[in-house]
Amino acid sequence: MQLTLEFGGGLELLCNSVKIHNVDVDLQSQAGEKLTMKDLLAWVHTNLIKERPEMFMKGDTVRPGVLVLVNDCDWELSGQLDTTLGEKDSVVFISTLHGG
Amino acid sequence: MQEADVVKPKKNIGAGRQCTICNQRRAALKRPKTLEQICRECFYVVFEEEIHRVIVDNQLFKPGERIAIGASGGKDSTVLAYVLSELNRRHNYELDLFLLSVDEGITGYRDDSLETVKRNEIQYGLPLKVVSYKELYGWTMDEIVKMIGLKNNCTFCGVFRRQALDRGAALLKVDKLATGHNADDIAETVLLNILRGDIARLSRCTSITTGEDGPIPRCKPFKYTYEKEIVMYAYFKRLDYFSTECIYSPNAYRGFAREFIKDLERIRPSAILDIIKSGEDFRISTSTKMPEQGTCERCGYISSQKWCKACILLEGLNRGLPKLGIGRSRGITTDRSNDMKQSNGIKNIQSKQCGTLDF
Repeated sequence: MQLTLEFGGGLELLCNSVKIHNVDVDLQSQAGEKLTMKDLLAWVHTNLIKERPEMFMKGDTVRPGVLVLVNDCDWELSGQLDTTLGEKDSVVFISTLHGG
Repeated sequence: MQEADVVKPKKNIGAGRQCTICNQRRAALKRPKTLEQICRECFYVVFEEEIHRVIVDNQLFKPGERIAIGASGGKDSTVLAYVLSELNRRHNYELDLFLLSVDEGITGYRDDSLETVKRNEIQYGLPLKVVSYKELYGWTMDEIVKMIGLKNNCTFCGVFRRQALDRGAALLKVDKLATGHNADDIAETVLLNILRGDIARLSRCTSITTGEDGPIPRCKPFKYTYEKEIVMYAYFKRLDYFSTECIYSPNAYRGFAREFIKDLERIRPSAILDIIKSGEDFRISTSTKMPEQGTCERCGYISSQKWCKACILLEGLNRGLPKLGIGRSRGITTDRSNDMKQSNGIKNIQSKQCGTLDF
């Protein structure tokens, strides 16, 4: 599945200082189930985060203080980890934790 | 996955939800303060108008005043500069706005963020003044760190920044300094001051305006503004801000308080405003000894001691005794050095760079 992932607010430093990643997520979702943000976070953790993963994740979700937007919409409106993703969706992660 | 639908806002339970204010457009965020689900356009309106109300209700500015905005290039001060210049135009505040930045002399960090501020100067049409540690104190932070190492360096930086902003404000001849401290910052500082037993700071850290008896009062127009909304606003408006941590070790103690606040916010977003309220409502026992505010015998800056903290630190640097003024100090007035003592040895990477928060 083609997705556009964007890291901002300092999170780009955790993935080689690249802000925008056009990725092909080849996760096998079980029995016709849709890919969820929960699956994507695990994938990002394994495949994109190069250092200090604790700045990005806490448990199985993002660290408090990291904002997530799916198709430019706050993921708190779409079910957070249960938000389902489709082809060509965009997901943005922004840290609020650095810099004043 | 199946063929993508033609319409973009598809699937996702709730992603197609309507804005609870206009009932027309698709909601784009959930407000932490009210839990309302609102669209971008309505968000801009409520975000800006709430700040306008805070400014008016608290009489933060008077017509004709010259106001410096403490500008680091980070998200808070960038949004503050943008919103204040908007509101100044829209509501005829009749303010002369300026950007004021401090160049600590940190290669690879401040030089980059100052580039952001210089772009803001052009984008928002606000004159910029930069004051540097080198010209004010004769030392850059790079030089200080070379001498003292990565222990206590944040103490130097924090103490020097506070004065540098005041001196810059004096050079600009402004009436007031506005800073980008947001609700999350203030809640965090309330907790820190409780943890440190710093009664003097606890009682003033929630004030929206401070230093009215001094030469340059400071105010915090974002006192009630959630960090989440500031970042969302900057993202939706594509504002140009800088977000790299300082290369010289962040303040771990503050980092813990910060993380705690964010954890609380996730469970109950109103916790942030509730902590501020608690801070405001503290009644300090009348038998508590409060520090007396005087002036530094050396430089004339406000100080509760014979010499102000910056002069003591500077004396240490110049005499090759950088420990001077660091560590246990006299009474409750001593400052930010306290948190640094805890931070050694803990490799912690969260948090805003220390020293950004002068209360």
